Amino acid sequence: MTISREDIEKVAVLARIRVDDEQVSALESDLGNILDLVDQLSAADTDNVEPMAHPLNAVQRLRPDEITETNQREAFQAIAPATENGLYLVPRVIE
Amino acid sequence: MHNKSVAELSRELESGKISSVELAQQFLDRIKREDSKYNSFITVTEEQALADAKSADELRAAGNATPWTGIPFAHKDIFCTNGVKTTCGSKMLENFVPPYNATVTENFRKAGAVCLGKTNMDEFAMGSSNESSHFGPVTNPWGLGKGEKRVPGGSSGGSATAVAARLVPAATATDTGGSIRQPAALCGVTGLKPTYGRVSRYGMIAFASSLDQGGTMARTAEDNALMLNVMAGFDPKDSTSLDREVPDYTATLNEPLKGLRIGLPKEYFSDELSPAMEEQVRAAVKEYEKLGATVKEVSLPNARLAIAAYYVIAPAEASANLSRFDGVRYGYRCEDPKDLMDLYTRTRAEGFGTEVKRRILVGTYALSAGYFDAYYLKAQKVRRLIQQDFINAFRDVDVLMSPTTPSPAFIQGEKTSDPVTMYLEDVFTIAINLAGIPAMSVPAGFVDGLPVGLQIIGDYFSEARLLNAAHQFQQVTDWHQREPQ
Repeated sequence: MTISREDIEKVAVLARIRVDDEQVSALESDLGNILDLVDQLSAADTDNVEPMAHPLNAVQRLRPDEITETNQREAFQAIAPATENGLYLVPRVIE
Repeated sequence: MHNKSVAELSRELESGKISSVELAQQFLDRIKREDSKYNSFITVTEEQALADAKSADELRAAGNATPWTGIPFAHKDIFCTNGVKTTCGSKMLENFVPPYNATVTENFRKAGAVCLGKTNMDEFAMGSSNESSHFGPVTNPWGLGKGEKRVPGGSSGGSATAVAARLVPAATATDTGGSIRQPAALCGVTGLKPTYGRVSRYGMIAFASSLDQGGTMARTAEDNALMLNVMAGFDPKDSTSLDREVPDYTATLNEPLKGLRIGLPKEYFSDELSPAMEEQVRAAVKEYEKLGATVKEVSLPNARLAIAAYYVIAPAEASANLSRFDGVRYGYRCEDPKDLMDLYTRTRAEGFGTEVKRRILVGTYALSAGYFDAYYLKAQKVRRLIQQDFINAFRDVDVLMSPTTPSPAFIQGEKTSDPVTMYLEDVFTIAINLAGIPAMSVPAGFVDGLPVGLQIIGDYFSEARLLNAAHQFQQVTDWHQREPQ
């Protein structure tokens, strides 16, 4: 299966990963080969087959509505790339 | 001491022949002396290890020792360790020091074990050769004597190498598509991937959440059982953890195998397997027959679709899990971002390696509008077919046996330029993760001086049976005792 340059550029935007022109060329070939491999799935007859999300059909567990976590803001912000006054810093979004 | 198993070291400590501090120091010295050949450790925690060993000696003196008190071991660098760098093999987390412990880490700490450091791994556990780590490739201790640099397998290749090279007697590992069993096979050690949900995933950095499973790696099946006794169990912090009773996995190791029904999946003895590998695996199965087992051929008709399903599901889940690495809250951040989009896209382009980016892009493509049904939904349906094959097989047999890998360890760099060829290295292991069942790799011979692994596959929650079968095999063979020269 072929994947176009435009597809790769679009997916890179969705994935929030910058790719340059040289990388797009390499990805065209690599992703095309991977999608060829994946295309084997189309040969399988899956009519009336239930998709499998969990091997043991487990369901989401609920816990009592009680506070169990303590505030660890300082510990978490200590490992952040940039913080100020207890807030995470990012480039300006609104002018 | 470095050639002794966990069980033997535990007895040595109990008898007082050696202290925990002396034992930790011996292994730390060995790591310092030997690991430059292998690159199996990313971080060595000497100071912390010696402090923990001292505490272990005090616990033992006070009569509060467990079988793990003072035993040196290592964690794969995917398990979060409070106050100790946890990189997941990535530049993205090069300087990440978690403020909490993974449940697995915490369990070993409570058991009194002494962690000597964090082992190298493929970046975010994506790889079959341990060549995708930001911290450089790991070299398999086997083949070095002939001047060959071979891969240890991935992604737990650092753990497998550290155990095979006798730098630690045991190490934790994780398995998403074969990442415990494949490196265990290529390095000649014993590794177990438990049933999905048996070991908590809390604090284990996620790659593909419906497939990832923490497990064990050591030289003997008995040591794997000792490890699983510490690791297994329900964890309310992990919503995929299963609330089932945990047996003592060492209690049934010595049960006789008479009457054990072994199935050999015909699809796993195909043309992809070299005759030399097949000969070793069939010889191992013969040993089981001598122990009283019966053997029959079975079929897993959808096994051939496993790799295709895996390379939709795993990248799709990875693309979602790795979206958290955005340069805002922790981890790597690019220099001087000009706006928010620049921060995200450049951070992720610079922080992730080639294989990780490739899989995120495949996963994003498979989940994008217009492709979801054709790829992701289809793969989840095929996954059900694969699971049904195993359920059918286990109606007639107790365990399945197969080779763990199609070939022994290959030369470094041989397959890095062709991702699809690399993916085929997991051809015999991936279906097990899709079904969520447990499986082990046990040393079972050599081809051209390189280890061969026998894969033993069991039904859900049959870890005790697998460990029993592996242990009995190791009572009549010595493949697991061979040391790389």
